[in-house]
Amino acid sequence: MHSFWLRANAVLTFSVIILAFTCAMASVSDCFNSPSPSAQIQITNINWFQKQRNGNEEVSLAMNITADLQSLFTWNTKQVFVFVAAEYKTPKNAVNQVSLWDAIIPAKEQSKFRVQTVNKYRFIDQGSNLRGKDLNLTLHWHVMPKAGMMFADKLVIPGYRLPKEYR
Amino acid sequence: MHDGKRLKNGREIPIVHRVIKVHERQETEEVEVLTKGDNNYGDDRLLYAQGQLWLQRHHIMGRAVGFLPYVGWVTIIMTEKPIIKYILIGALGLLVITSKD
Repeated sequence: MHSFWLRANAVLTFSVIILAFTCAMASVSDCFNSPSPSAQIQITNINWFQKQRNGNEEVSLAMNITADLQSLFTWNTKQVFVFVAAEYKTPKNAVNQVSLWDAIIPAKEQSKFRVQTVNKYRFIDQGSNLRGKDLNLTLHWHVMPKAGMMFADKLVIPGYRLPKEYR
Repeated sequence: MHDGKRLKNGREIPIVHRVIKVHERQETEEVEVLTKGDNNYGDDRLLYAQGQLWLQRHHIMGRAVGFLPYVGWVTIIMTEKPIIKYILIGALGLLVITSKD
């Protein structure tokens, strides 16, 4: 029971177990963090709103996104992925969620920000249901750890409405 | 929803990408989804099958829930340099044969 290889095997197994335990503890430490993020989104302009040849409507809009996500960062945080999605219902689809903008925040210092942007991804409906449509703009964040469980949450901001007419 | 999802696209390579669009039907459980790699400029339509614009439920294998750093390297090394796989199996076999229990 004392050959070199058996000892090497025992040491390797033990180190892997310790490593796994350390990763688990790092992940558990994230449970003690109670984040309190805040955000505001304003639609500053509807740039254009048209129906494509294939019958699907498309909107281009400009937004101001202000957020303070500093409380999401812990020592075990690698980065935070944040995105804004437009959410609405149509007669055909119970759920429509379309991502308008996203960003990767690599450090706490960059997580309090104000962004003025046009939608990064095209906002296209399946059909032409968007005129006068009420929307929620939801800010989602995914906190990616250096090791362990990823957690995600969101802030739903209701009360937006698209124009009744094309422009 | 909007998390990293593993998808298969007929090429048997699972890819973990993020959902950026979801359209779910009223009555049925059918759902259409568009994905994109976080670091890619464009969405995954180039990766989907010819003419395919959306993924359905059966294309989605699972969802990312956490990270175990560097563990994937074992699989990557063994796939890219198969000789390491043989050496490892050979060494394990040797250990089994030579142990005196």
